[in-house]
Amino acid sequence: MRNCGLHCLKIEHITVRAGGQTLVEDVSLHAHCGEITAVIGRNGAGKSTLFRAILGELPHKGEVVFSGHDGVPSRRRPRIGYVPQSINVDEGSPTTVLDAAVTYTSRWPAFLPVPRGLRQAIAGHFSRFAADSLLDKPLGRLSGGELQRVLLALATRPHPDMLVLDEPVSGVDGEGLSLFYKLLEDLRRDDMVILLISHDLSYVRRHADRVVLLDRQVLAKGDPATVFACDAFRQAFPTGGEG
Amino acid sequence: MDLFSWWQYDFMRTALWAVLLLVPLLSLLGTMVVSNRMSFFSDALGHSALTGVAIGVVAGVTRYEWVMLAFAVVFALLMNRIRHARLASTDTVIGVFSAVGVALGLLLLSRSGSFAGYQTLLIGDILSVSPGDLWVIGGALLLTVVIWLGCFNGFAAVSISPAVARSKGIPVRLLDDLFVVLVAVVVMLSIRWVGLLLINAMLILPAAAARNVARSLRSFHLLSLLFGLFAGVLGLWLSYYHAVSTGPTIILVLGVLFFGTFFMRKK
Repeated sequence: MRNCGLHCLKIEHITVRAGGQTLVEDVSLHAHCGEITAVIGRNGAGKSTLFRAILGELPHKGEVVFSGHDGVPSRRRPRIGYVPQSINVDEGSPTTVLDAAVTYTSRWPAFLPVPRGLRQAIAGHFSRFAADSLLDKPLGRLSGGELQRVLLALATRPHPDMLVLDEPVSGVDGEGLSLFYKLLEDLRRDDMVILLISHDLSYVRRHADRVVLLDRQVLAKGDPATVFACDAFRQAFPTGGEG
Repeated sequence: MDLFSWWQYDFMRTALWAVLLLVPLLSLLGTMVVSNRMSFFSDALGHSALTGVAIGVVAGVTRYEWVMLAFAVVFALLMNRIRHARLASTDTVIGVFSAVGVALGLLLLSRSGSFAGYQTLLIGDILSVSPGDLWVIGGALLLTVVIWLGCFNGFAAVSISPAVARSKGIPVRLLDDLFVVLVAVVVMLSIRWVGLLLINAMLILPAAAARNVARSLRSFHLLSLLFGLFAGVLGLWLSYYHAVSTGPTIILVLGVLFFGTFFMRKK
């Protein structure tokens, strides 16, 4: 097991306002390395907005602090791996998975022939995500599940302190999803803070360590059993999240 | 017909060099313009040359090319802000900018009586390149290649996903602005020889044709360069023997390449 550099992510009193509306209000949560923290909530509850604020993409009030095992806030910029729901690549794009890997994870200009050593290093990393066979495929022609694994591989090279995943609402089949969750389980043992927006409540119930129920503000947080039993959860997901 | 008779003319030899330098420059930038779906943006940018020149002329500046260049850089940065603000439909806003820019340019130039003196701005003439100009084009090509080697990964990262790029600590805004400024400078530099009516075609077409058949970023770049060079040289040669304008001939060859490759698209 790796020695984790940054142990804890503290999000303190995050508020995001845009266009005269409060999208996220006074959200605080702590997430620890080696744990999966799932953020759930109805559509439009501000989940993606909260993530974008944590990633520093949106102006916000409040603080995002990483600290080491000793609890002392870290001064270095945390390494963040981000898996978005989708990317801006269409079917006709010539960009291959290898091109994207070279672009995001190396200094080698991606429009030049890729040196063999670099290709091997990338293939080695991608094999962990069952994605090494996809290297020469165009990025725009991957299936939902393949794209998700590729994005996960890109997000984890170099090893991040925090992995932030915005799970796609649709487009990934059942088999793809279970492979993805297996990889996530595997990554959890690598000691990183994992923050996940998930729409799959049965997965969250079984595998998340902590759950945050969001609807503009935090309605409930704690272990899955506690959150899934509370009134706010039943109001947000009247069917219990089934179907 | 003597296939090499054109070689005896200095202006044809200079024009060949101009094509060999200018076309790779535009083809290289074009790959990213096409990937970023910015062809309308670069088209509007080309049109802004008219406004820039008009402002220069009205202000009484003798080297109005500099005003044109400065205006294009400001125009590009401003349009880039609008592109990102997503306040309104981006192409509508760019269309409005472009139209207002052209109207303002025509209005200002019409005050001086006639547009005739500015015809080269619209149509350009690659045969008018002087040996001194070649150094300027060569310098721009060198600068672009250096920027490409240093910043291409950043440009591509922003193009694929700005959010992922930002999470990796890549300066998204800075790179984005650098790219549009580079396009503005190169377009303004080339406009004298290519003309604002055709500059966008010269920028977009080699990359658009290459994208039809390329299977990686590497082949995308290589094919864009090869298509551009092939069309440039063939266009120059054909225009000489048929006594027609060079720029449009090159564009038509590129058009044929585009439609040819369109039907060979990868399935």
